[in-house]
Amino acid sequence: MTGKNRENYNKNYIAYVNSFDPPTKHFKNCFRAFIVGGFICCIGQAIRVIFEEAFGLYGDELSAAVSIALIFLGTLLTGFGVYDRIGRNAGAGSIVPITGFANSVASPAIEFKTEGLVYGLAAKMFVVAGPIIVYGVLAGTAVGLIYLFL
Amino acid sequence: MYEPYLQLLWGFLKAFVVGGAICMIAQIVINFTDLTAGKILVTFMLAGVVLQGLGLYQYLVDFAGAGATVPISGFGYLLANGAIKGAEKGFFGAFTGALSSASAGISAAVIFSFLMAMVFKSKSKKN
Amino acid sequence: MQTVVFDKKPRIIGTGTIAGPKECAGVVGKYVDKSLTDDTFGESTYEKAECKMLSYAVSKAIENAGRTEKDVDLLVSGDLLNQIISASFTARDYDFPFLGVYGACSTMAESMAIAAAFINAGYYKNIVAATGSHFSSAERQYRYPLELGNTRPPQAQWTVTGAGGAFISYMGGGNGKKINAPAITMATFGKVVDFGITDVNNMGAAMCPSCAHTLLTHLTETGRSADYYDLIVTGDLGALGSRILKDLTWEKGVDIADNHVDCGEIIYNVIEDEFQGGSGAGCSAVVFNSYIMDKLKTGALNRVLFIATGALLSTVSSGQGESIPGIAHAVAIENI
Repeated sequence: MTGKNRENYNKNYIAYVNSFDPPTKHFKNCFRAFIVGGFICCIGQAIRVIFEEAFGLYGDELSAAVSIALIFLGTLLTGFGVYDRIGRNAGAGSIVPITGFANSVASPAIEFKTEGLVYGLAAKMFVVAGPIIVYGVLAGTAVGLIYLFL
Repeated sequence: MYEPYLQLLWGFLKAFVVGGAICMIAQIVINFTDLTAGKILVTFMLAGVVLQGLGLYQYLVDFAGAGATVPISGFGYLLANGAIKGAEKGFFGAFTGALSSASAGISAAVIFSFLMAMVFKSKSKKN
Repeated sequence: MQTVVFDKKPRIIGTGTIAGPKECAGVVGKYVDKSLTDDTFGESTYEKAECKMLSYAVSKAIENAGRTEKDVDLLVSGDLLNQIISASFTARDYDFPFLGVYGACSTMAESMAIAAAFINAGYYKNIVAATGSHFSSAERQYRYPLELGNTRPPQAQWTVTGAGGAFISYMGGGNGKKINAPAITMATFGKVVDFGITDVNNMGAAMCPSCAHTLLTHLTETGRSADYYDLIVTGDLGALGSRILKDLTWEKGVDIADNHVDCGEIIYNVIEDEFQGGSGAGCSAVVFNSYIMDKLKTGALNRVLFIATGALLSTVSSGQGESIPGIAHAVAIENI
């Protein structure tokens, strides 16, 4: 019973425990993700329209400016302690938009400030979002090199 | 005379539906696989890179605007797009293209996060 | 034999508890010595707040026992943070020896059992056993930054913000005079049991097998039946874990459905589809030292078996794909 033999994991127990899992509310989760995700994209679209009309931006500059504005909003809401509440309810709806990326950078920065500005705030800043940049650069450069040699 | 407004509204509708749909797909993946937030972000970013590598994501961006660029797959699109454009200039461009196209987003994330961390502290949670 | 019998009857003569605002909204709110309205406790970091809470619990336990710090021979304490810093830093402020223990969420029962053993052996007379935890410090160590907008799975438990301490003392006795303090009569030290649960959000299920093992061992070795106890209090299995425990013991022919409560299940108002209740070292420490001890002192309960359970994982072990071993220690507390 003490499970000393690690090969002899109690499969029955795990299956039995899994049978207790509360049912996932598929419809509710997906609906919320759709609404919140769509809403954030609409905010992005609004910023896009405003920047286009007001500053005459276009193309890459425009989309960069929209990203910067949304990232600012994401970090600001994180700072006010609001974004995690949206995330509790919206699930992927607030994780997947770029504001979620901003949240995953800002939240460890705020959290680990207590351990100092260098080894706390700065070192831990990409503890959640780091993989996105690592694999993004790897995959992006791979695509670039494939295009180069094709 | 209503035409421009209808155009605008149609743009918002497309952004809402496409952006919402991408988030909903992510939610379905979470529901069935228990992937954590970090893995979801990486997966969708990679999906954007691959789709743009095949030249497909551009159609979605042209169609939905912010609906396709705001989700993290749009970040992947940006990386792949930058790398492809860089590759047209040669080896060095292929090497630097990805990150330079994403520089605005990453710089913004670093700068704003730093500022917010200076101003705010993490709050205790009630639920 | 895993069970030890304390014939000298070390007694719990005073307890001190403190809990955060979310905890005090529930059943323990009326019984704790101090309920915080601000869970930073006036400190700049959550770790410092946890430390201050633990200090408060220790001081309050000494005060409620009617003793002074000079009387204390030993502090047995531990907590959830790496290198048990809260306990060590608490001990820094006092002028008595300190024994740091780690049993994750089982620390309260473990430190009580160790204290009782020291007293029973006659080495020390007055020992404080205390532990505590803090939601925010545990969250950032074991999970994610507080502000990260991730979803909380329905199996998850909520680390309790709170601390509790018990002053355990040798009171003599046996000459017929009635002492109005519950005695620790037995302790069963648990084995580490691992049934291969790897889901870090489902710690109740990971701790259940060890809890059932300790409970069944205790009953077998003492020859007592589950009915002997007015109440069997488990540590922090949560709502789901409690159901599993009842099933596991039922399979072995022990029915605890009528006299079992779980600290994690009763500390918050649980909505089972959404979250399972409390966890953390502070959970059983707060519930036992406030609510259960009050019932023991007033005589509403006379025989209590307190089994605190712990999940012995770290972020490193779960990152490497290890399953979650569980531990459970049982302490029998009786009015005799």
